Amino acid sequence: MKVLVPVKRVIDYNVKVRVKADGTGVDLANVKMSMNPFDEIAVEEAIRLKEAGKADEVVAVSIGVKQAQETLRTALAMGADRAILVVAADDVHTDIEPLAVAKILAAVVKEEEPGIVLCGKQAIDNDMNATGQMLSALLGWSQATFASELDIDGDSAKVTREVDGGLQTISVKMPTIVTVDLRLNEPRYASLPNIMKAKRKPLDEKTAADYGVDVTPRLEIVSTTEPEARAAGIKVDSVDDLIAKLKDAGAV
Amino acid sequence: MHFGLTDEQEMIVSTVRSFVENEIYPHEAMVERTGQVPHELGEEIKQKVIDLGFYACNFPEEVGGPGLSHLEFTLVERELGRGSMALTHFFGRPQNILMACNDEQRERYLLPAVRGERMDALAMTEPDAGSDVRGMKCQAVRDDGDWVINGSKHFISGAEHADFFIVFIATGVDDTPKGPKKRITTFLVDRGTPGFEVREGYNSVSHKGYKNYILYFDNCRLPDAQVLGEVDGGFDVMNEWLYATRLTVAAFSVGRARRCFDYALNYSAERKQFGQPIGKFQGVGFQIADMITEIDAADWLTLAAAWRLDQGLPSNREIASAKLYASETLARVTDTTLQIYGGMGLMDDFPIERFWRDARVERIWDGTSEIQRHIISRDLLRPLGA
Repeated sequence: MKVLVPVKRVIDYNVKVRVKADGTGVDLANVKMSMNPFDEIAVEEAIRLKEAGKADEVVAVSIGVKQAQETLRTALAMGADRAILVVAADDVHTDIEPLAVAKILAAVVKEEEPGIVLCGKQAIDNDMNATGQMLSALLGWSQATFASELDIDGDSAKVTREVDGGLQTISVKMPTIVTVDLRLNEPRYASLPNIMKAKRKPLDEKTAADYGVDVTPRLEIVSTTEPEARAAGIKVDSVDDLIAKLKDAGAV
Repeated sequence: MHFGLTDEQEMIVSTVRSFVENEIYPHEAMVERTGQVPHELGEEIKQKVIDLGFYACNFPEEVGGPGLSHLEFTLVERELGRGSMALTHFFGRPQNILMACNDEQRERYLLPAVRGERMDALAMTEPDAGSDVRGMKCQAVRDDGDWVINGSKHFISGAEHADFFIVFIATGVDDTPKGPKKRITTFLVDRGTPGFEVREGYNSVSHKGYKNYILYFDNCRLPDAQVLGEVDGGFDVMNEWLYATRLTVAAFSVGRARRCFDYALNYSAERKQFGQPIGKFQGVGFQIADMITEIDAADWLTLAAAWRLDQGLPSNREIASAKLYASETLARVTDTTLQIYGGMGLMDDFPIERFWRDARVERIWDGTSEIQRHIISRDLLRPLGA
C-alpha cells in the first residue's frame, strides 16, 4: 500500500508573527518557515506504517511556492521515499485555498492511487481545517478526522478521534483520508544518514496547471489584526474572594 | 563566492538545533544545580545520538563515521555550543587523534569509540605545563621493555565518563641550541590500569557539571602496544590532529553567543522603562547592533577557517583568529546581555549569569587568547624574518 502525505510550508511555530502594514496577512518575508507541525505528525505516522510493514511507499506532496521543496526535503530526510512539488504560486504571501489544494490533491491521488492519505488536521498558519474533508468529498472516500490513534487492518481502519468531551473510535473503509491530531505520535528527528540520502531521493516538480486546477483565490481577506494584548491580572486574598470575583464576572 | 548552505547542511543544522533545544535544554537547570549529569541521563542522550547517526560525526566513513566535511562538522559544533557542555558531551565526538591508532589499536580504541561503546578523554595539561606543553613533568621511562609512568595531569574534562585516556607524556630530553627540549609520546591508558588513578579536580566557575579531574600515575606500567603513533612523536600527533579543538571552541562560542543574543534581543523589545521598550534607547539599541555584527563576523571567521581545512589550504592562522575572536565576542556578548538585563541578569532564574560564567573559560582553554595572538603574529612575522 502506498501512503500519500500532503505537507504544507508554514511560518515556523516559534516565530513571533507580525501583521503586514496593509492588513492582508502576516509578514512572511525573511522569517523562518517549517513544515506544518500536524503534517510532520502525518509524515511520522506514514513512516511508522512502512516500518510496521503495512505500507510499502511513502510519498510526500506539497502545493505552494517553489521553496516548499525544502519542506519536502525534510519529509524525505525523515524517511519518505519520494516527493512531488506542485508549484502553484510565486509569492510566498499567496496562500492556496483549501478547495484548490483539495482539487490538486484529488488529481494526485488519481495518479498515485494511494491506499490512504494522511493529512495534518489543519495548518497552523490559517487554521482552516478543511483540506482533508474536502478531499474526501471530492474523491468520495471515507474520512476520519482528528486521529489520535490509527490501526489499519486489511480493508478497514480503526481510528480514535479526539472530539469535544472525549474520544470516539470509528471504523472506516479503505481507501480513506485520515487527518491527524497532536497526540497521534511524536515525530522523529531526521537522522544524519537519512539527511544525506534525501538529496538522492526523487522530487518531481509539477504545476497547478498540469492538473488543470484554477488556484485563483475565492476568498478576500478584509483585515488581519493582532490579538488584543492580555489585560493585567489581579491577586485575590482568599478562595472566597476568588469565587465572589468569578461570580461577579459571570464565570461561575 | 557562495555563502549559502546546501539543503543537507540546513537540515543538519536544524536537526542538531532541535535536538539541543528538546533533549538538552530541559535538563540544564538540574545539571547546573547539582553539578553533575546522572549516568542514566548521559546514556539516554548518547543512545539517541547513536540512533540519529550523529555519534562520532567527526569521523570518516572508513571507520564508521558519517564522513562530514570540516564545514559540516563545524556547523554541528556551533549548534551544540548552544547547550550545556556537561550534557552535549554525550553527543559524542571522540578525539580525532584516535585516527592515529594502528590496526590493533583500532579494534581496541578507535572503533569502539566511534560506536559509542567506549568514551575517551584527552590529557595534556599539568599544573606546571599549561601553554608551555614541553614543560610537562609527567614522564615515562624504559624498564624491562615496558614504560613506567610517574606524574600527574590536571584539568582533565570528561574523565568521569571515560573508559580510556589519551595522555601526552615526556619520554626524554634533547639538547638543542635553545636549551633542553623534552620529547613527548602519546599513550593510550585504560581506566583501571594498576598505578593509574582518576581523582576529582577543582570546582570551576564555568560549565558546572562538565567536571575536571586529576590523573595520577604512580609507577604505572604500560607496554609498547599502548603508544599512539611513534615513540617521541607526540608533537607530530598533536599537530596533525589537535588543531580541530580550537575550531570547536570557536564554533561553540558562536552558538552560545547567538543563544545569549536572542535573550538580549527579546528582552530589549519587551522590557519597558520610562514608557518605552529599552531597545528604543540608543544606549541599548546600539549594543544590540554591535553584538549581532560581532557574532556574524565570528561566525564567518569560524566557517571560513573550516572551509579552508576542507580545501586543504593553510589554516593555522585562520583557526587561531576564529578561536580568538569568537571566544572574545562571546565574552562581550554575555557581559553586555547581562548589563541589559540589569540586576535580574545576575539571578539564576535566567541562564544569563550562566552564559556569562561559562564564557570565561573559552578565552583560556585550548590555547589562551594570548597564545592565539602569538600564533597569528608569528605566522605573519616569521616569513619577514622577525
